[in-house]
Amino acid sequence: MTPDSNRAPRVPMFRDRTDAIATIAVGIVLACVAYSFARWAVVHAVWHLPADAGSAPCRAVKGEGACWAVVVENVRFMLFGSYPRAEQWRPIVVCLLFVSLYGASLVRALWTRWLLALWIADSAVAVVLLRGGRLGLSEVPTEFWGGLPLTFLLSTAGFTLALPFAVLLALGRRSGLPAIRTLCVGYIEVVRGVPVITFLFMAAVMFPLFTPASVSIDKLLRAQIAFVMVMAAYVAEVIRSGLQAVPRGQYEAAASIGLPFWPAMILVVLPQALRVSIPALVNTFIALFKDTSLVIVIGLFDLLGTAKAVLVDGRWVGFGVEVYLFAASVYFVFCYIVSRFSLRLEQELRRAAGAA
Amino acid sequence: MIRTIRWQLAVASVVVAIAAAIAAQTAVNLRARGIASGFDFLSRPAGFEIARGLLSFSSRDTYTRALLVGLVNTVRVSLLGIVIATSLGLLVGIARLSEIWIVSTVARTYVEVTRNTPLLLQLLFWYTLTQGLPAAPEALNPLPGVYLCFRGLFLPAPIWRHGFPWIGLERPALVGFGFQGGTSVSPEFAALVIGLSIYTAAFIGETVRGGIMAVGRGQAEAAVAVGLSRLHALRFVVLPQALRVVIPPATNQFLNLFKNSSLAVAIGYPDLMSITNTTLNQTGQAIEAIALAMVVYLAVSLSLAAGMSLYNGSVLRRGGGA
Repeated sequence: MTPDSNRAPRVPMFRDRTDAIATIAVGIVLACVAYSFARWAVVHAVWHLPADAGSAPCRAVKGEGACWAVVVENVRFMLFGSYPRAEQWRPIVVCLLFVSLYGASLVRALWTRWLLALWIADSAVAVVLLRGGRLGLSEVPTEFWGGLPLTFLLSTAGFTLALPFAVLLALGRRSGLPAIRTLCVGYIEVVRGVPVITFLFMAAVMFPLFTPASVSIDKLLRAQIAFVMVMAAYVAEVIRSGLQAVPRGQYEAAASIGLPFWPAMILVVLPQALRVSIPALVNTFIALFKDTSLVIVIGLFDLLGTAKAVLVDGRWVGFGVEVYLFAASVYFVFCYIVSRFSLRLEQELRRAAGAA
Repeated sequence: MIRTIRWQLAVASVVVAIAAAIAAQTAVNLRARGIASGFDFLSRPAGFEIARGLLSFSSRDTYTRALLVGLVNTVRVSLLGIVIATSLGLLVGIARLSEIWIVSTVARTYVEVTRNTPLLLQLLFWYTLTQGLPAAPEALNPLPGVYLCFRGLFLPAPIWRHGFPWIGLERPALVGFGFQGGTSVSPEFAALVIGLSIYTAAFIGETVRGGIMAVGRGQAEAAVAVGLSRLHALRFVVLPQALRVVIPPATNQFLNLFKNSSLAVAIGYPDLMSITNTTLNQTGQAIEAIALAMVVYLAVSLSLAAGMSLYNGSVLRRGGGA
């Protein structure tokens, strides 16, 4: 539907003189904004505080200059939460693991079965490493987990665990068996029709009612289950459109060589459907990555949660703009790189489909 | 045939068995905690206050009314957000395709920054900005009778008078550390509407851009060739055709905005989700409260989707099909 960008019809707006006037006008406004932002963020900014001054030097320039000292002094807390300081090499390793996993996933030459296995393995290793209690590592309960590793873990494990359920839901939605189809359609539509946050509240207050009193499921795990439940429905819709893109002949060919339903799906249809869905799956992953920030409403501390927690400290009350700008830039770097990749991939796949 | 029925029976009975096991366990747990299930709590007095809104509310009113106030607030925020996000999104979509480099770059930067950061973060950011405003006694006073402080925006409001000319203007007045009289916009409401609109407008802008690009370039050129100005070509030829492509994805964005308005709970605006949360904390009726909220959100989502689908049908008919 969308032609290549070089064929895109440019919207007729202005030409020649009006064009020039508009450029200059917008340019002047931009320059003014950039100037006052630079004055605030660079010229009058406070980067370091003397040891015993509290936040007084920051308060002195409040409104005039940024207090980057709040970020400098709290950067470890924001990135790793209240994880014991002596053990912080563990969340650092976990972050590096996830970053290299995402990096590897951006290289198409590495798209093999092994990469899929790596997605599963990475989350498992991260949990073992963060939790400890074995391999000579001291045990760190999940209440102390926080910051970036939590954001990575919730989104990566959530996405990986949701994928098999999503495939089942998508197949079920296209199934010829009315009972199964009704169940799958009902689940998908209900989940997509209500806010994600209702599922988090459900995880926080309802799940404990579902299990015997002797079994208490960790709050982080409950949040993770809620995300898996939600993501399964969203990812199912993505896979469904991938399944629709597989030509009918493929289903028929698989049936004609005598393949039963499941082998036909696993060997013939799903590999093609998933391949077409990859750009949309990447976009869904970005959405999930951003949505993990919702866990702060049930009292978990992901990257946004730790940023918000900094501001509770009396010294740093009122420096929210600086803290949130820092957190936003971390989110932005990840989401922007991944979304660029997804866009390029979409174009490549479309070109490949056009050439075929 | 028999095999397929067996499959369906198997799946259905597994689902029923899980549901029954959960229900049985929940009943045991509820009895152990002394929570009586049911919706009786809805008619009990709520005992908490809600900031002034369209519906009046006092702590003696029932939970039903509290939840209704929350729903009205949710709908109000969503409708206002949808109007602003659509207008802004239309501008952004057009600006993205502008021939003027600086305009398209500004629009692109806006879209990338808003789409690649979490909405909740953006809401907290806008709320923090409002909390950086001065206190009431030092409130900004850009126009006579208009005051802006960290407690919100205070505006003059028309009031009925007994004598001629019957309508008067009541200006807010500083009383202690707040303003009284006139009308006001709370910082929570402002942050929520601004945040939701700006976030959703970036997504709507992209669908508008896609819609315009789906209209062939020849359409705009033909319109100009027959003597329409460039602005008129956009208004009367390109946009009406783009609209048909844009409505379905834009509907999804409206639904997202409506569902995302539940993030109000994080900045303390009394929407349906916040009031549900307060209700379940006070009464302990977690299952009933969350189920009720889910049903209401689902009902509004489905009716919004149905309404937009009717509108889409009428646009397609008017245009003679896409």
